[in-house]
Amino acid sequence: MSPGLWQYMIEGLVVTLQLTVFGALLGLVFAFAAGLARVSRKKFLRALGFLYTETFRGMSALIVLFWLIFVMPRFGYQLAPLFAGVLALALNIGAYGAEVVRGAIRAIPQSQLEAATALNFTPWQRTRKVVLPQAIVAMIPAFSNNLIELLKASALVSIVYLSDLTFGAQLVRASTQNTAGVFGGLLVAYGVIALIFTVLMRFLERRAAASLGRTVPPGMIARIFRRTEASA
Amino acid sequence: MTGWNWDVFWDSVPALLDGLVVALQATVLGYLIALVLGLGFALLRRSTKLWISVPASIVIEFIRSTPLLVQLFFLFYVLPEVGISFSTLTTAAIGLGVHYATYVSEVYRSGIDGVPVGQWEAARALNLPVRRTWTSVILPQALPRAMPALANYVIAMFKDTPTLVAITVVEMLTVARAIGSETFLYAEPITMAGILYLVTALVMSWLARILERRFGQVRAA
Repeated sequence: MSPGLWQYMIEGLVVTLQLTVFGALLGLVFAFAAGLARVSRKKFLRALGFLYTETFRGMSALIVLFWLIFVMPRFGYQLAPLFAGVLALALNIGAYGAEVVRGAIRAIPQSQLEAATALNFTPWQRTRKVVLPQAIVAMIPAFSNNLIELLKASALVSIVYLSDLTFGAQLVRASTQNTAGVFGGLLVAYGVIALIFTVLMRFLERRAAASLGRTVPPGMIARIFRRTEASA
Repeated sequence: MTGWNWDVFWDSVPALLDGLVVALQATVLGYLIALVLGLGFALLRRSTKLWISVPASIVIEFIRSTPLLVQLFFLFYVLPEVGISFSTLTTAAIGLGVHYATYVSEVYRSGIDGVPVGQWEAARALNLPVRRTWTSVILPQALPRAMPALANYVIAMFKDTPTLVAITVVEMLTVARAIGSETFLYAEPITMAGILYLVTALVMSWLARILERRFGQVRAA
């Protein structure tokens, strides 16, 4: 493979990572906004959160992406392709994330809420100081799954000709004709990126749990390392 | 909304519905593959022999963490090269099936783990052979537990069918794009396709919820 073709792959890798990271950050904003809205006392906010989650969980990310790219211009909004990609992925993953946020908040023991009320906390103080610090720790494992889903969904942007990793691989395939090698390598590349994200999230999970004085059982990788340490 | 063409919007419906039928065919076919293969994955992963369970786990995690789109490309372009030719719909079903088998296997796993230990012990006390233990004791209890979660993956799979546009399966998004290139109006058919997807997915999740309530009652009784 010539240096020029590697260049496509590297640039594509950067776009894929940008989509994943920015999509995750924006998705997190949507997830918290909608998740908190769904446990709100105001019926209007609950309805709004419900509408958002049901719509974007019922809709595939690719349709949303097509809509942003082909339909928005008709209403007079031309989005930059990368932004359209990030927005479509974030809207999609945010809807799933909202359910994670809602579930984690619901799982806070009732006694904690009663204690906060007894201490005369305002609802916002209660959310900020009692509910969220515990709920966020509970959200991280589910969020790591969502992050991998987001990484996988990011490949869809290649269908609308955004030059991500998958798009780069298609160009390389077209010029080298080595189909099995290129797509096989691409699968391994996504697998490795997913593994790196998983390890990072696992680290975050352990740190967050430690901040509440809890411990997380060691994962597969940690177990392998521990075994080698013990035998060494 | 400059020049929104309502004629194109409404006229796209029949062709899109044909695409919807194709998408549903891919979903049903893919789901059957996922159900069978998923059970195989779950059993392999539970194996007490490490040389079976470890490679199985690695393969499952690998398939799970790589994009469906790339897997579809792989099947679509590589299978013909090695002399295996399927219709694009069959290729799509295999791609969806293998991808979702890894999710479905986790559902089976949690269903199997949910069977009380006493049931295993009872089977052993009755001296049932391994196969009999699985077919008459464990699976009949594990499968109803797994039903609601299994139903959710049908919906998830249906929502992934737009990806099939990339391997030329004539599902809704492919139809919408074709109408767009014919009429030079993309917004109308894509919006209609989105509405049809949403409605179908919502109907499916409504059915899944009925299923969940039904099996929830069975469990409570």
